[in-house]
Amino acid sequence: MSETASSDDKTRRDFLLLSTIAVGAVGSGLAVWPFVDSMNPAADTLALSTTEVDLEPIEEGQSITVVWQGKPVFVRHRTAEEIKAAEAVALEDLIDPQADKDRVKKSEWLIMVGICTHLGCIPLGQKASDPKGEFGGWFCPCHGSHYDTSGRIRKGPAPKNLPVPAYQYLTDTTVKIG
Amino acid sequence: MSNKFYENPVIKWIEYRLPIFSFIDESVGSGYPTPKNLNYWWNFGSLAGIVLTIMIVTGIVLAMSYTPHVDYAFESVERIMRDVNYGWLMRYIHMNGGSMFFLLVYIHMFRGLYYGSYKEPRELLWIIGVFIILAMMATAFMGYVLPWGQQSFWAATVITNLFSAVPLIGDSIVTWLWGGFSVDNPTLNRFFSFHYLLPFVIFALVFVHLWALHVHKSNNPIGVDIKGPQDTIPFHPYYTMKDLYGLGVFMIFFMFFVFFAPNFFAEPDNYIKANPLVTPTHIVPEWYFLPAYAVLRAVPDIWFISAKLGGVIAMFGFTLVLLLLPWLDRSPVRSARFRPIYRQFFWVFFIDCIILGWVGANTPDAVFHGIPFLWIGRAATVYYFAHFLILIPLISILEKPKMPPQSISAAVTGTASKGAE
Repeated sequence: MSETASSDDKTRRDFLLLSTIAVGAVGSGLAVWPFVDSMNPAADTLALSTTEVDLEPIEEGQSITVVWQGKPVFVRHRTAEEIKAAEAVALEDLIDPQADKDRVKKSEWLIMVGICTHLGCIPLGQKASDPKGEFGGWFCPCHGSHYDTSGRIRKGPAPKNLPVPAYQYLTDTTVKIG
Repeated sequence: MSNKFYENPVIKWIEYRLPIFSFIDESVGSGYPTPKNLNYWWNFGSLAGIVLTIMIVTGIVLAMSYTPHVDYAFESVERIMRDVNYGWLMRYIHMNGGSMFFLLVYIHMFRGLYYGSYKEPRELLWIIGVFIILAMMATAFMGYVLPWGQQSFWAATVITNLFSAVPLIGDSIVTWLWGGFSVDNPTLNRFFSFHYLLPFVIFALVFVHLWALHVHKSNNPIGVDIKGPQDTIPFHPYYTMKDLYGLGVFMIFFMFFVFFAPNFFAEPDNYIKANPLVTPTHIVPEWYFLPAYAVLRAVPDIWFISAKLGGVIAMFGFTLVLLLLPWLDRSPVRSARFRPIYRQFFWVFFIDCIILGWVGANTPDAVFHGIPFLWIGRAATVYYFAHFLILIPLISILEKPKMPPQSISAAVTGTASKGAE
């Protein structure tokens, strides 16, 4: 066997080896994916995705908590002062700047997911007797985050405002969340 | 040692085909030469191994009566407590056994830190140990969720939410961990699955830990290598006996909690069934996670890293920094007995860990004699990392260690290399 033939043979071997490894790696990756994805939400979990709320019985100044996708959603019938306080805040004073009008569809109804954006505790403030924090909205007892009357983070370790879920008014007094 | 003569023909027959008897003999028997100067701090590794076995046995029994479903988990645990024969005993042993396991392993780790057991040639032994404690933490956390009480549920929520701090894909990771949009039945099911699996992973890691241990043998209180047979005694019967004695003492301590204060380490809130709509006013982890919890909460916004992400990085760094220790400590002397400066800083570090635990047990806005716990936690966190990343390298270069004895037997007899007499 000549010198060139053996080096040809060597490159062919290298090519075969590398392509086998590459195909094997891609194949293993593809085989692993079903195992990883099996831990993602199942079809029936995804199906439970909307919740309807009747706003009629909620009086001004009252809040209710409804469950949507296993999470608490705060529905608050805000008072005129609360709306005024929320609208009066300058955006530069906010940790996560967002205007009140961008967080509501009708200013008297504030609808948001009641899960602290820090580590997922449920903030207090839904009941009249609850502490509402320094900004009159909600207060998370776990690590001390204060939210204002628009559910925006004002003080404490939470990085973001309480998130507003997608929702739509079916009638004037019925809301579909999700 | 492997050519030991076994008289029993059955043992002989098996040994010829599978040398398991000589393997056991060389692992924990008379065939394992052990430094003759080990003190009682060397009891804690074997004690931890025994508790791991106790945890696996009680766990298997508990799993026979436990139902991993959000509607039945809490009730099935109550049924174990009230109706299952000796269910209360199995559960209380398992519950307190978790605390005991961490207590023993923490002492075992501080032992390693004091006597320099992580140093060359035992770096991998130490690193495997760090993986064991990481696996233990994951196991303990998931086990804590299974009774589906209020603390269970909210511990699961808070800890899984930590992963949302990962930039860009954080929320997808959390949804993936949950198998839904909140901690719910899929989460409970998978935690049960992992909680059953991980102890066997720990068992395998312990096996590798021991394998690495037996290559260079145990370290010892003076940290001097074994120079010859005069420095050792066989593990059996000497240390099997010493370990058994230690086991007796430890079991008195362990069983005191099981029988007389079974809920000493528990939170009363965990006897309230999980309610996803109400967070308990004070969420506090199990005592063995308190220092890490204090570190998590201590980190403020730094530069472009949010407090949440910073806290999570610091909390993982809290354990992972141990992986670097064999290379951070450059001192040629192992044992702190001959390192006057390191010895003092070891105890300062020990106290720092206790302070972190104490801070972790308090709410962040609480105040101690005018000093907010948040500031104490921050100072203690900075000191914790400074100990490893600044103090240990500096001390190991600047300190002038005392001269250790020439050999283990010289330390015992007071003369050099005459121990074989």
